[in-house]
Amino acid sequence: MKYKSQKVAYWFFALAMLLLALQLVYGFIMGFAHMGYDGLHQFIPFNTARAVHTNLLVVWILTGFMGAAYYIIPEEAECELVSTKLAYIQLITLALVGVAAVIGYHFNYWEGRKFLEIPRPLDWLVVINVLTFLGIILATLFKGKKRTTTSLVLTMGLVFAALLYLPGMIWFDNQTMDSFFRWWVVHLWVEGVWELIMGGILAFLLIKITGVDREVIEKWLYIIVGLTFLSGILGTGHHYYYIGTGKMWLIIGGIFSALEPLAFLGMALFALAMYRKGEKRHPNKIALSWTLGTAIVSFVGAGLLGLAHTLPQVNMYTHGTLVTAMHGHMAFWGAYGMIVLAIIAFSMPNLTGRKRYTNNTNVFAFWMSNIGMLGMTVAFGVAGVAQVYLERKVGMDFGDVQQEIQVHFFILILCAVLFTSGIAAYIYEFVKYGKPTDEAIEN
Amino acid sequence: MLSKSQAKIFFLGGTIVTFAIFLGLSWHTLSTEVPKNTHEENLTEAVVRGKHLWESNNCMGCHTILGEGAYYAPELTKVYDRRGEGYIKSVLMSSGPWAPRGRKMVAYNMSEEEAQDMVSFFKWIGETDLNGFPPEPDLKQQN
Repeated sequence: MKYKSQKVAYWFFALAMLLLALQLVYGFIMGFAHMGYDGLHQFIPFNTARAVHTNLLVVWILTGFMGAAYYIIPEEAECELVSTKLAYIQLITLALVGVAAVIGYHFNYWEGRKFLEIPRPLDWLVVINVLTFLGIILATLFKGKKRTTTSLVLTMGLVFAALLYLPGMIWFDNQTMDSFFRWWVVHLWVEGVWELIMGGILAFLLIKITGVDREVIEKWLYIIVGLTFLSGILGTGHHYYYIGTGKMWLIIGGIFSALEPLAFLGMALFALAMYRKGEKRHPNKIALSWTLGTAIVSFVGAGLLGLAHTLPQVNMYTHGTLVTAMHGHMAFWGAYGMIVLAIIAFSMPNLTGRKRYTNNTNVFAFWMSNIGMLGMTVAFGVAGVAQVYLERKVGMDFGDVQQEIQVHFFILILCAVLFTSGIAAYIYEFVKYGKPTDEAIEN
Repeated sequence: MLSKSQAKIFFLGGTIVTFAIFLGLSWHTLSTEVPKNTHEENLTEAVVRGKHLWESNNCMGCHTILGEGAYYAPELTKVYDRRGEGYIKSVLMSSGPWAPRGRKMVAYNMSEEEAQDMVSFFKWIGETDLNGFPPEPDLKQQN
């Protein structure tokens, strides 16, 4: 690392690792419940496990993004963060709000709105927290010597993500209106501004790892995020097919969401092309694996598997089934889980000064987590297609169908064990690196 | 090939234009389509109380409504037509866990009034025009 204050990033990454580990525990609870083993029902009913699982996902990824920003912005702006003290306060309060929300979910304190279960009083604390974070980042950029495209795209993504949280906080009496604006948060995050954040981090990693000229990488970054918004904003319409919002969205949503994979395809081709073009061979090969991995797996998980059920004719049958879980798992993993793991893998040697780079453990982590996730995706897919056929085509009762597809959850759990072994290895490596130190500063 | 500044214009221009179109379409949807499709005139206080109960108990954590939620328990948009008032109320007012085919639902032990509000909510939402969702099972054998 080049600046002392970049060390803040380590603690955000550490929190992200902790939350990720906890997310997996709740995932297993749900997997077993689907198989019929719901022994924890009295203490952790399915809706609690589900809210915790998805919220921890969102929070660990956002924590990772924040860590990434605290690492990247000083290096890009060429100056220290304006206040590390404030950054640590922000970290601690973020953790406290997260813990309060998760505990609340076990005591029926929540708002049952998928992904946005955090009750509104706690929402305000989230808002204050995020404003503090943005304040630090923006003030640092303002003070800094340089404002690079990479840092601007990353910051723009973070600012928009914060703004888009607000429509989700408005109360509506009408369920359709509620849902309409809930997607402004959820869809415009994951198929919009989060891709800006991902693109910014990806560009930073490619610049550092491949050594390709910044101008070339940043030009492509603009094109990719341009494609993202061009397709993704109107692509929100694919959530408006069947919730009472009218027929127009069948056409608008169908056309534009079908174009969404282009941005991910662009990202994959861009990462591979830069890797081939680059003459520099950075010794941190495992960071390169995660970087190319995120570009490719996000194209498959978010792009192709999303395309598989985005057309209204298909979505009519798959809407509200396990097919969505199939797409959701690989999309979040490929696009956002892996980019966070990529920036952590890249920055750890620089933060701690220990050049561990590639070894058996982190190669194991990379392959096991990816193979495990691929297996889980297939298990969800098979269960989902069977569900669609039996329930929506043949007209079997929901409960009967669930019994028919229980066996696929056994496979799901097996694959989840593989995935977890990969994540465990990743976290083991993280711990082995030890804490960041000022001695790691390069001149 | 594009220069960096042209790429920037592509990004900013594309974003502004599509976002403006999105806002326009959203306005049309919210002001015209939603009130009509959801029969907003039928949105009584009981329905709103039912929505509060729906959210404060995180029903979406297991069920789907309008096809949105979790995939652990049945889709409930048309539950009023499918099961009727009596069945819905008995499930919600049950003091022991309701467990069809062994899959347990939390025992909500609701009062008569609360259960009635939930029924009003389900009745209202069941009448929404959803462009044909959920689809009719076209391979179902007719008896």
